[in-house]
Amino acid sequence: MATDIENVRKNSKLLINKTPFNVDDVEFMKPGKGRAIYRLRLRNLFDNSTVDSTYHSGEKVELADVTSNEIQYLYSEGDHYVFMDIVSFEQYFISDKIVGDKKNYLKDGTIVTGLMMDKRPIDITLPNFVELKVVESAVSSKTDTITAQNKSVVMETGLNIGVPSFIKEGDTIKIDTRTGVYVERITAKK
Amino acid sequence: MADDERSRLLGIKSNLEHRAKIFELTRAFFCGNGFLELDTPVRVPSVAPESEIVPFSSEDWFLSTSPELYMKRLLAAGYDKIFQISHCFRKGEQGRYHNPEFTLLEWYRIGADYMQMVSDTEQLVLAIAAGLQTTPLIHYKNQTIDISTPWPRLTVHDVFVNVAGWDPVAELEPSRFDVDLVTRVVPSFVSDRPTVLLDYPAALASLARIKPDNPGVAERAEVFIGGLELANAYSELNDVQEQKQRFVAEIEKIWQKESYKASLSVKFLEAMVHLPACGGIALGMDRLVMLFCDAGSMAEVIPFTVDEA
Repeated sequence: MATDIENVRKNSKLLINKTPFNVDDVEFMKPGKGRAIYRLRLRNLFDNSTVDSTYHSGEKVELADVTSNEIQYLYSEGDHYVFMDIVSFEQYFISDKIVGDKKNYLKDGTIVTGLMMDKRPIDITLPNFVELKVVESAVSSKTDTITAQNKSVVMETGLNIGVPSFIKEGDTIKIDTRTGVYVERITAKK
Repeated sequence: MADDERSRLLGIKSNLEHRAKIFELTRAFFCGNGFLELDTPVRVPSVAPESEIVPFSSEDWFLSTSPELYMKRLLAAGYDKIFQISHCFRKGEQGRYHNPEFTLLEWYRIGADYMQMVSDTEQLVLAIAAGLQTTPLIHYKNQTIDISTPWPRLTVHDVFVNVAGWDPVAELEPSRFDVDLVTRVVPSFVSDRPTVLLDYPAALASLARIKPDNPGVAERAEVFIGGLELANAYSELNDVQEQKQRFVAEIEKIWQKESYKASLSVKFLEAMVHLPACGGIALGMDRLVMLFCDAGSMAEVIPFTVDEA
């Protein structure tokens, strides 16, 4: 669907040369009596690369026909991850390339937001926080303090993360997926 | 009331207090200099046709894009020093330095030219700084700007030749002019002083008169402070035939773009026959407040921008 550049906002999705882009930022510049200029920071949704592009008032752009669906992670198979739409129960195979490092936060049953184009997932967004179980914990050294996140543990997904020294193998902890930082302990090992 | 709105509004309270004080000082400046404050319609049957300024429709009328045509009808009737602070509306103008509804200060003087309007602006900004008990130094976005007068003046011809490498007065490419102005010329201005840009190419005269001794340029000046385009001054065109030709040319462009149903303001053109030589200027009050509040965006000086309305 074509639209005037005037209607493009931050986080609009555009289709340029058949590639979907997220508008990360819009800078509107206009001399009082002159023509408006729009400088867009565009992020390629296939490879996450960014590019700056300049448009003028009166130009048209193509909106990418994308929707956001809640999809649940089921299992991985080869270089694909299998998700299920929690409303339609349709299953999607999402490639390693799209999932990338987000795999470190995925465990069976995790619900993420899938960005869909032509009924095909092109990106996933993790929940801001996930809860994962510690599967491996080294013994902390004697100089450790209580609050410092000073030892490294391995989570059930294979993720390595710094945690306070009181965290033990078998504990479940909450992690901020945007920063990759430990938030709190949810349950201690029984 | 949502907590985030509450904290947003309380966070800009000191800016809004400054805003009120700046409006008070502005009115005091003009009243003290013998200007009459006026209030003209915001909902209007026609606006000055300018192809890059799009009005909002209000049934078959429009929301005002500027009080200019009404102010000139008053000048034509014999009012000699007038000012107005009004809300104006321009469709699609939204960004860090723009809101589709904004506050414009306009003032006019019979017998004045664009340079007189620039020196009025210098005095106004100095008076506000004094009223806010700041020195003639404004701190804006990590720049210290010395506003003592006179402010440096540059001609469009000189700065474009030096900075952009071409002369828009000799041959104008309108789109290239706008891009180079905002991306190259304005960023080249000294950051510690205001800049007055003078003598726009005749094709960009808008409602300004052509310079008598240089027909290539119009007597139009723009004031920039801290990278913000603050005010636009004219020696006002008072030749009704030329004004009509310029309006018709703009209306043709607007119709070609299928932008809106532009028409000639007949009452304005009838009154213009009696318009004496005069100067006029429009100054963006929201940006002036930004400057004195060290604010990076309109949203820091307007409690409800279009995004928060």
